[in-house]
Amino acid sequence: MDIIVCIKQVPDTTEVKIDRKTNTLIREGIPNVINPFDKNAVEEALRLREKYGGKVIVISMGPPHAQEALRETIAMGADEAILLSDKAFAGADTLATSYTLAMAIKKLGSFDLVICGKQAIDGDTAQVGPELGEMLDISQVAYVCKISIEDGKAIVERVIEDGYELMEVTLPFLMTVTKEINEPRHASLRGVLKAKKKEIPIWGVKELGINEDKVGLNGSATQVIKIFSPPPREGTRMIEGTIEEMIQELVGNLKKRKVI
Amino acid sequence: MNFNLTEDQELIRKTAQEICQEEFAPKANEVDEKGEFPIENIQKLAQYDLMGIPVSEEYGGLGYDFVTWSVVGEEISIACTTTGAIFGANMLCIYPLMLFGNDDQKEKYLTPLAKGEKIGAFAITEPNAGSDVGSIRTDAVKDGDSYILNGTKVFITNAGEADIYVILAKTNKERGARGISAFIVEKGTPGFTFGKNENKMAFKALPNRELIFEDCKIPAENLLYKDGRGFRVAMQTLDVGRIGMGIGAVGLAKAALKEAIKYAKSRIQFEKPIASFQAIQFMLADMATEIEAARLLILKAAFLKDRGQKFEDIAAMGKLYASEVAMRVVNKAVQIHGGYGYSKEYPVERYFREAKLFEIVEGTSEIQRSVIANYVLK
Ligand SMILES: Cc1cc2nc3c(=O)[nH]c(=O)nc-3n(C[C@H](O)[C@H](O)[C@H](O)COP(=O)(O)OP(=O)(O)OC[C@H]3O[C@@H](n4cnc5c(N)ncnc54)[C@H](O)[C@@H]3O)c2cc1C
Ligand SMILES: Cc1cc2nc3c(=O)[nH]c(=O)nc-3n(C[C@H](O)[C@H](O)[C@H](O)COP(=O)(O)OP(=O)(O)OC[C@H]3O[C@@H](n4cnc5c(N)ncnc54)[C@H](O)[C@@H]3O)c2cc1C
Repeated sequence: MDIIVCIKQVPDTTEVKIDRKTNTLIREGIPNVINPFDKNAVEEALRLREKYGGKVIVISMGPPHAQEALRETIAMGADEAILLSDKAFAGADTLATSYTLAMAIKKLGSFDLVICGKQAIDGDTAQVGPELGEMLDISQVAYVCKISIEDGKAIVERVIEDGYELMEVTLPFLMTVTKEINEPRHASLRGVLKAKKKEIPIWGVKELGINEDKVGLNGSATQVIKIFSPPPREGTRMIEGTIEEMIQELVGNLKKRKVI
Repeated sequence: MNFNLTEDQELIRKTAQEICQEEFAPKANEVDEKGEFPIENIQKLAQYDLMGIPVSEEYGGLGYDFVTWSVVGEEISIACTTTGAIFGANMLCIYPLMLFGNDDQKEKYLTPLAKGEKIGAFAITEPNAGSDVGSIRTDAVKDGDSYILNGTKVFITNAGEADIYVILAKTNKERGARGISAFIVEKGTPGFTFGKNENKMAFKALPNRELIFEDCKIPAENLLYKDGRGFRVAMQTLDVGRIGMGIGAVGLAKAALKEAIKYAKSRIQFEKPIASFQAIQFMLADMATEIEAARLLILKAAFLKDRGQKFEDIAAMGKLYASEVAMRVVNKAVQIHGGYGYSKEYPVERYFREAKLFEIVEGTSEIQRSVIANYVLK
């Protein structure tokens, strides 16, 4: 069971503050963390490896400091980690990103499963996983919250709007996972000591042998013109009283405004 | 002189801190209220390699030193005092095996303890023998390839939960301290049972039970070190135990200080946060100063031990000082909380009860002073 996990390093949003004047994120001094859903992806890969054997390889496209995120996955127990980093990758949208990841996975050769987090908490697009599945030309299941594997087939449960969907998929395939799937482990002491010494190779355009026109800003089908936060909502009113009184007032108000 | 941890020591400390704050801290009050042995926490310590820090890799440990073990113990105690006490007591079983165990004993007993697969306990105290270790009455009589144990131990931390017990017994009644030997006893050995659990002021989740030996037959190879040299085993174990107790007291005091600072900043009286009153500020300043001094004393003892230098006097000073600092700190922390400090709504009420333990266990403050005086007067 060889598993490839794709992770992204993101600013720790629990630490992010908004500059009220410019309405933008204050990024200075904000620690970077592994995208939380990607941590679930790593955890699930480790659990599958513990059950079925094999190897877990983690890849990430990002600036050089994304090595720290990869190192953390080694500390959790991943076998190998590779950073995809090159000036030419800068400004990549989801299309260019998934292309780059796909090329790295092809270079790695055979695998049984690719796992991504359901979305990154900074961009929130939820596109890279599915796009990557397309580019690798394998089956894909998004929003997986449970998986078991038998005889080269996986039974997965995915979260859909009004419940859960049970599916059978043939390996190899790609899945994106939700946080319900598991509780990620911490790094162990042996893990962090091992990770500290671990060599994490960096692959760029040259190592991947790919076309510069298809990566980074050049390879992006979309471009960000402006990023802004919507103005904070105002006019919140707290309803007080007993539960009965609060319900009555709330329902009354909703009726008055013709919401219900 | 260098007061910094090495890169690896700091990495280990930080990793331990994250684990302890996320896994143990949120449940610490619940552990105390429920009064149940927090087995999940101990399993986590094992899973993340925290149980065998100073044990060599050959025997399943991490192969690090006592400074590292101390700063990890501190983080555990900051997050959950009970888990810290279990961690400390466990070392009282690990350490004599490290120091005095033969290869077979290390293989069989040290390895599972270092991996955290098994829990350990260390038993000296008896109903009529506390500070006066030489007066223990549990006896061990040689019978061919075995020893037969008879007697009762009390107050034994981890009793019942532990799998491996290092105990002291008399092999020669005529010879006081020189008639004492140390033995390894496994839970489940016929004739070895557990008696009443002490109903304590605090640390209710920490088992402190009687060990009862009634014609309990153990193989002669479970003699730890030499016949008649158990007093030495105990004293050298307690030297390291003092580092553990001292750092536990520091962790507890740090947790109390943190709560006091938080409260002082948020509690408004006379239209100001009480932290703006000099009376409160001076209490916080004294707390922080004494904690820092206690911590340095303990870490110095660990540092000397790691370098193979004489550390026993400093360890006794550290344990004495840190446990008395903890008492002063929790007293102030409750005071800063006013009436709420007296209520179970805030953890300082628990810290106040817990702190007292450190002045008693593993050598009372009076015994520490005697030990230190012996070194001073030498
Ligand atoms: C929570 C808890 C956990 C414990 N865990 C363990 C354990 O795991 N294993 C274990 O073996 N024991 C354990 N103990 C026992 C503990 O080590 C003893 O309580 C301690 O050594 C003191 O002994 P004692 O209670 O018999 O007091 P005593 O020795 O009777 O002392 C009573 C008082 O007399 C003073 N005193 C005694 N002798 C002198 C002297 N010569 N000079 C001046 N003053 C003196 C003492 O300082 C104390 O103030 C535990 C105790 C507690 C409360
Ligand atoms: C068991 C119990 C029984 C009680 N019974 C009663 C009762 O019957 N009736 C009743 O009315 N109350 C009662 N109380 C409440 C008690 O009187 C208050 O707790 C006490 O007056 C302190 O007030 P506080 O808890 O609000 O602390 P705070 O006033 O918030 O004080 C917090 C800390 O700040 C310090 N502080 C506050 N102001 C200053 C300042 N200006 N300068 C320096 N330091 C300052 C205090 O000394 C304290 O250390 C009871 C409390 C308890 C615990």
